[in-house]
Amino acid sequence: MSISRRKFLGWMSAAGTATLIGRRSQAATTHHFEGYPGSMGVLHDITRCIGCRRCEAACNKVNELPPPEKPFDDLSVLDKQRRTHAGAYTVVNRHEIDGVAGSAVFNKKQCNHCLEPACASVCFVRAFSKTPKGPVIYNESVCVGCRYCMIACPFEIPAYTYDDPLTPRVTKCTMCYPRLQKGLLPGCVDSCPTEALVFGQRDHLIKLARQRIEKYPDKYIDHIYGEREMGGTSWLYISGVPFESLGMRMDLGVTPAPDLTAGALGAVPMVVGLWPVLLTGIYAVSQRKEKIAAEEQAAAVSQAVTQAEAEASAKLAAAKQKAETEKQAAIEKEVKKALAEAVKAQEEAAKARQVEAEAEPKAPATDPEPN
Amino acid sequence: MSDTVAKVDRHLFSPFNIVAGLIVIMGGVLTVLRFKGGLATVTNLSDYNPWGIWIGFDLLVGVALAAGGYVTSAAVYLFGMKKLHGAVRPAILTGFLGYALVVLALHYDVGRPWRLPYPFIMQSGTTSLLFEVAACVALYLTVLFVEFSPAALEWLGLKRARSLVVKLTILLTIFGVVLSTLHQSSLGALFLIAPSKLHPLWYSSYLPVYFFITSIIAGLSMVIFEGSLSHRYFADKMDAQHLAEKDTLALSFGKAAAFVLAGYFMIKMIGVAASDNWHYLATGYGAWFLVEMLGFVALPAFLYAVGVRERNVKLIRVTAAWTVLGIIVNRFNICLVAFNYRLPSAERYFPHWMEIGISVFIVTVGLILFKFIVTRMPILYEHPDYESH
Repeated sequence: MSISRRKFLGWMSAAGTATLIGRRSQAATTHHFEGYPGSMGVLHDITRCIGCRRCEAACNKVNELPPPEKPFDDLSVLDKQRRTHAGAYTVVNRHEIDGVAGSAVFNKKQCNHCLEPACASVCFVRAFSKTPKGPVIYNESVCVGCRYCMIACPFEIPAYTYDDPLTPRVTKCTMCYPRLQKGLLPGCVDSCPTEALVFGQRDHLIKLARQRIEKYPDKYIDHIYGEREMGGTSWLYISGVPFESLGMRMDLGVTPAPDLTAGALGAVPMVVGLWPVLLTGIYAVSQRKEKIAAEEQAAAVSQAVTQAEAEASAKLAAAKQKAETEKQAAIEKEVKKALAEAVKAQEEAAKARQVEAEAEPKAPATDPEPN
Repeated sequence: MSDTVAKVDRHLFSPFNIVAGLIVIMGGVLTVLRFKGGLATVTNLSDYNPWGIWIGFDLLVGVALAAGGYVTSAAVYLFGMKKLHGAVRPAILTGFLGYALVVLALHYDVGRPWRLPYPFIMQSGTTSLLFEVAACVALYLTVLFVEFSPAALEWLGLKRARSLVVKLTILLTIFGVVLSTLHQSSLGALFLIAPSKLHPLWYSSYLPVYFFITSIIAGLSMVIFEGSLSHRYFADKMDAQHLAEKDTLALSFGKAAAFVLAGYFMIKMIGVAASDNWHYLATGYGAWFLVEMLGFVALPAFLYAVGVRERNVKLIRVTAAWTVLGIIVNRFNICLVAFNYRLPSAERYFPHWMEIGISVFIVTVGLILFKFIVTRMPILYEHPDYESH
C-alpha cells in the first residue's frame, strides 16, 4: 500500500509539473501584451460608411461563400439588425440615432481580431491562432466542433455550419489572411468606395485615428474602440455617435480574455499538488483513529481481564484462608473437645475408683473393674 | 411490492420494458436524423446559442449528479465512515454510468464526434478550461470503470483480477477525488470567459468553487435519492446489511448535506456582496435568483436539518429529491436562463423537442444499464464468496 501511495504522489507531482510547463497562468502579473510589433489591422471610420454593402459583396466573393438570399445591392436587408453567420463573415447594420429617421449611421461588423483572442484561449485543440501579422485564423482540420469559441467571443462573431452533417465548421472573418500572404488588401478594404476602411499597421492606425479625432473634435467621439477593449483588437473603430447606440458594447472592459480564466487554470496544479497530501492525511487520521480505538478497546479488555483475574484469585485466596482457619478452628475444637472428654473420662474413672474403694476397702487389687 | 415488481420484470413486456423500448426506438430514429441531417435538423441551436440542453443538462447536470461516486467513496474509504460501506457500489455504478452517458451525449452535441480524442492525440489547447474538463472526465471515467470492476469480476468469477483491483481502492479513491475536484470546478470555470454574456447574479469569479461545492451537495442528495428508489424497486436484491444501512445513510448524508448547503448559501451571498450585485435582486432575474437561493438552497438546508434532528428519513428523502431538482435549476440557470440574458427574446434559445428526446433517450439507456447490472452483479449485496473491501 505504502509503495503505491508513494508512486501515486510521484505521478501526481509529475502531472502537476507537466501542467505548469507551457502554460501562462499567472493572473496577477504586470504582463501586458501590446500586440505583435508591426502587426496589421483595419481602421473603420464609421462616419464615412454609407451602408452600400460593397464590402459584404467583396467578402462573399473572395471567400467563395454561397450567394445570399437577397442580392447585395438590395438595401432593404438593412431594415433588420444582423449578425455574422455561416454565409457572411461580415455584415453592415444601419442604426437610427435617437429614433430620428434619416439620421442613419452604418457600421460594419466582423471579427475584431483581438490581440489576445478569447476564441484561441478557450479552444482545446488550438484551432485558432493569432498570427504575428495580425489576423486570427482558424484551422478546420483539427476542430472538434464544441463551439466553446462561440460562447467565449465577447463580440459574438464566430458562427457554425449547423446544417452540415459531416464537415461542420466554425466560420469567421480571417482578415483575408490568404490575400495578405499574397500582398493583397482584405476584400472589404479593397472594395470600400469611401475609404471608411483603412488597412495598415495597427500602431499607425491608432495614430491616424487620434489625428482625425484631434482635427475634428466635433465630428468624433473621443474614443478609439478596439484600442483597449478586451485587451485591444486589431480592428479599430472611430465614430461620431456613442458606440453603445451602434450596438457596440462599452462594458467589456480592458482585461484580455485569457486573464479571465487564468486564476482557475492556475489553481489546477495547486489542487493536483495538495489534494493527494490532504486526502492521504485524512485517510491516515481516520486509520489512526481506528487503530487507536482498536488499541484502546484491546487495552480496556485486557485490563478488565487482569482485574477480573486478580479479583478472582484474591477471592480464592480469601476463601482458602477462610477454609484453612475454619479447618484449624474445627481441629482445635475437636482436639479441645477430645481433651475435655478425656479429662472428664479420667475424672469419672477416678471418681468411680474412689467409690469402689470406699464401698469395698478389702477388695483384692488383682480383681479389676470389669468395664 | 418488491415481489410483484420482481415477478412482472420476468416478463419481456413489463411496463418498464415497453416504455423503455419505445424510448429507445425513438432515440434510434433521432440518432439517424441527427447524423444524417446535422445539428440543424434536430436542434434549435444558433450562432447566438451554441450550447443547448445537451450541454446544460446532459453535460453539466449529468456530471454534477454523478458526483455521488467520489463523495461516497471518499466518505467511506478516506473519512472512515465504514457504516456506509453498502452505499459505495451503487454510487460508483451510478457515477460510472453517468459519466459514460455524458460522453455518449457529447457525441451528439459536438460537430465531429469522431474527433473527440483530438485534444489528446492531435494538439492540446492547454489554456482551455475545456481541455481540463476533457482530460479529467476521460481519466475519471477510467478510474470509475476500475472502481466498478470488482463487482463485474465477482460476477464473472475472476478472483485474482478482482483481488488485484481491490488493492488499489485507496489509490483510486484519492485519484478520483482529485479529478472530480478539478473537472467539477472547471465546468463552472468554463463560464468565466463570458462575463459579458452571463447575468451578473450568476457570474462570479467564484464560479469554480460554486460548481465544486454544489457537486458535493448533488452527490450526497443523489445517493440518498437513488438509495430510496433502489430500495423501492430492487429491495429483493438487497442483503440484510443494505437494508439495515439505509436509514443510517440517509441520516448521515442528510446531515452532511445540511451543512454543505448552509455553507454554499453563505459563499453565494459573499459572491453577491463581493461584486456588489444587491441592486439586481430587485429585478426579474433577481426574483428568479432568490427563488434559486431560498427555494433550492436555504429551504433544503433547513429541511435536511429538521429531518436529521427528528430522525425523519422520509423527509430527508423528499428533501434529497428537491435538492437534485435544485441542482438542475442551478445548471440550467447558468448555461441557459441567465446566459445571453441581454439578447432580445426572439434570439433566445428554447430546446427543440428532438433535443429533449435525445436527452430522455440517454437517461433511459442509463436506467436500462443500471437495471441490467444490479439484477446481475453484486451491487446491492455482498457476494458471499468475497470479503468486502
